[in-house]
Amino acid sequence: MTTAAGAWRERLAGYAFVGPFLAVYAAVLVVPLIMGLYISLNNADLFGRREWVGLANYVQAMGDPVLHQALGNTLVLALLIVPPLTAIALMLALALNRPGRLAAVLRGVFFSSLVLSVTIVTLIWRFILVPDAGLIAEGLEALGRPPIPFLSDPDLVIPAIAVTTLWWSLGFPIMLLLAGLQQVPGDIYEAAALDGASRWTVLRRITLPAIRRTLLLVVMLQTAAQLQIFGQAQLLTGGGPGGASRTIVLYIFEVSFGRWELGYATAIAELLFGMILTLTLLQYWLVTRHEEPRP
Amino acid sequence: MSGLKLIDVSKSYGATRVLDGVSLAIAPREFIAFLGPSGSGKSTLLRIIAGLESLDAGEVRLGGARIDTLAPGARGIAMVFQHYALYPHMTVRENMAFGLVNAHVPKDEIARRIAQAAEILEITAQLDKKPAQMSGGQRQRVAIGRAIVKQPQLFLLDEPLSNLDAALRNRTRVELAQLRNRVDAALIMVTHDQAEAMTLADRIVIINDRRIQQVGTPAEVYARPANAFVARFVGSPAMAMLPATLDGAEGGRVQARLAEGTMLRTAVPTRGLEQGAAVEIGLRPEHVTLAAPGAEGLPARVELVERLGDRTFIYARLAGGPEIIAHAPGFSQVRPGDEVRLAIDAAAAHIFAADGTAHHPDARP
Repeated sequence: MTTAAGAWRERLAGYAFVGPFLAVYAAVLVVPLIMGLYISLNNADLFGRREWVGLANYVQAMGDPVLHQALGNTLVLALLIVPPLTAIALMLALALNRPGRLAAVLRGVFFSSLVLSVTIVTLIWRFILVPDAGLIAEGLEALGRPPIPFLSDPDLVIPAIAVTTLWWSLGFPIMLLLAGLQQVPGDIYEAAALDGASRWTVLRRITLPAIRRTLLLVVMLQTAAQLQIFGQAQLLTGGGPGGASRTIVLYIFEVSFGRWELGYATAIAELLFGMILTLTLLQYWLVTRHEEPRP
Repeated sequence: MSGLKLIDVSKSYGATRVLDGVSLAIAPREFIAFLGPSGSGKSTLLRIIAGLESLDAGEVRLGGARIDTLAPGARGIAMVFQHYALYPHMTVRENMAFGLVNAHVPKDEIARRIAQAAEILEITAQLDKKPAQMSGGQRQRVAIGRAIVKQPQLFLLDEPLSNLDAALRNRTRVELAQLRNRVDAALIMVTHDQAEAMTLADRIVIINDRRIQQVGTPAEVYARPANAFVARFVGSPAMAMLPATLDGAEGGRVQARLAEGTMLRTAVPTRGLEQGAAVEIGLRPEHVTLAAPGAEGLPARVELVERLGDRTFIYARLAGGPEIIAHAPGFSQVRPGDEVRLAIDAAAAHIFAADGTAHHPDARP
């Protein structure tokens, strides 16, 4: 009796620990995902109107030129952000992975941009990018050159958003990579020194293989994050000029809260979800397919 | 060709001096053990030779050339790390090839050396495995193999047996002894285990308190320890140290009186010893036995008995406090708490002056 009661109590305690998280996870993620799937099959608005249309919203998405442009913008942004972000974060992490006060201070400095909200970040970069009295414009003027309209030239607006995002997003990948680097046992670097490995060889053959899982994590997280890029585009350019910087999430926002076509917006959101899931799983498979299963 | 030479090597970390004017010469093909307690500086000395630590003063020379200014990889030295330090994402073959590729050794030569080393170490079947798929003993062999293929002038082994269980440790000890016959190089092993040092090394370098305390063959450091530290550190169980006063001489040999009054006629020459000086008498367990019933002997009370099968060690306390260790053949029936009488072979006693300097008995006539 007592042991059965004890086991039951133990199990209950287990559920009590997991329960709150499961409830919140279900309420804010699982339920909306399923509801979203349902809504995407309807003509729906924000007042609760639902009219079953089957896959019509998805068919519309396939032929929507605005969505195609937004998809292109988003993919270009992700390509302009994720690889350089990973490379720069790696270089900074390698440089900051050492004892000493200066490195500690700089780790804090690079991490600090992460705690700023997107509003502050775009405000700061607005001061830098705007053609009248912006920081870059002032610099160019001092050199006797005309200002560059970063936020209104269709060719420059995407790179401008990418640079803003790079600056804002560096902190977290640096922290992840520093944590990864600190997991590498020091004696294999000593062994490599005795094996006469050059710095470049050590980086290529020792360090990078040792942190490949952390690198993969950084790339996956950043890919997922940058495909959902929204705030910077919304606040810096509002998607302009002429949709040149409209991203998918910005388009979803416009369709749902501007045009009130909730069903169509949800269908695009589900497509985006599928795309992010596919891309990140593909990255995971590409990196880990040659590895033995971990013990 | 000359071997390794350390000339007046010193090292400090901040204000803490860890090595102080260490000099040492090692012959080519000699097997040396650095023996000392934790924090004695022995590992630091090994790392200075390897180039993993810089030295503050002094020189390191190998094969006649100065090497302390060279990068670790350019010194002609290979090292087996305490935790092996294998490259986890490389196969055994890649681990062994890494240093040779960096040194631009031709491919077929690399393959030849790896095949040869793998055969010697019986890891041929494991060459395409990763370290994580291997046992501790196999990893150790890979680490040794990685050192062998470099054909260095000097092998450094950092606590090579400390990570292995008892059975594997004995086997690896035999393998290390065989290794030194196969390689044309000197070996330096760092250890805090005196049994490893005694069984493997040609000469033992005993390091304590930033300095070399003694350099000698295992027999020398055991029979003629240079000072009280070496005497206590080498030998298991340790040498007993009994306080005594020098009290007369006979035939040029010192006599010493123990605290409780017993007079010992030692075989230690009087040279350098002052009458009336307070000293310590050093006695190894093999020179202290249980006195025959009815015979004279030092009265002592047994505190602990270690029965090893072939012999028994008896840890006892003399009247007045000092601890002494005796041995008895076979399985002794003595029990803790027993009052016994101990027979001492005074002719084998060592005398340690107040500053720790050792005075040894002359060879018996």
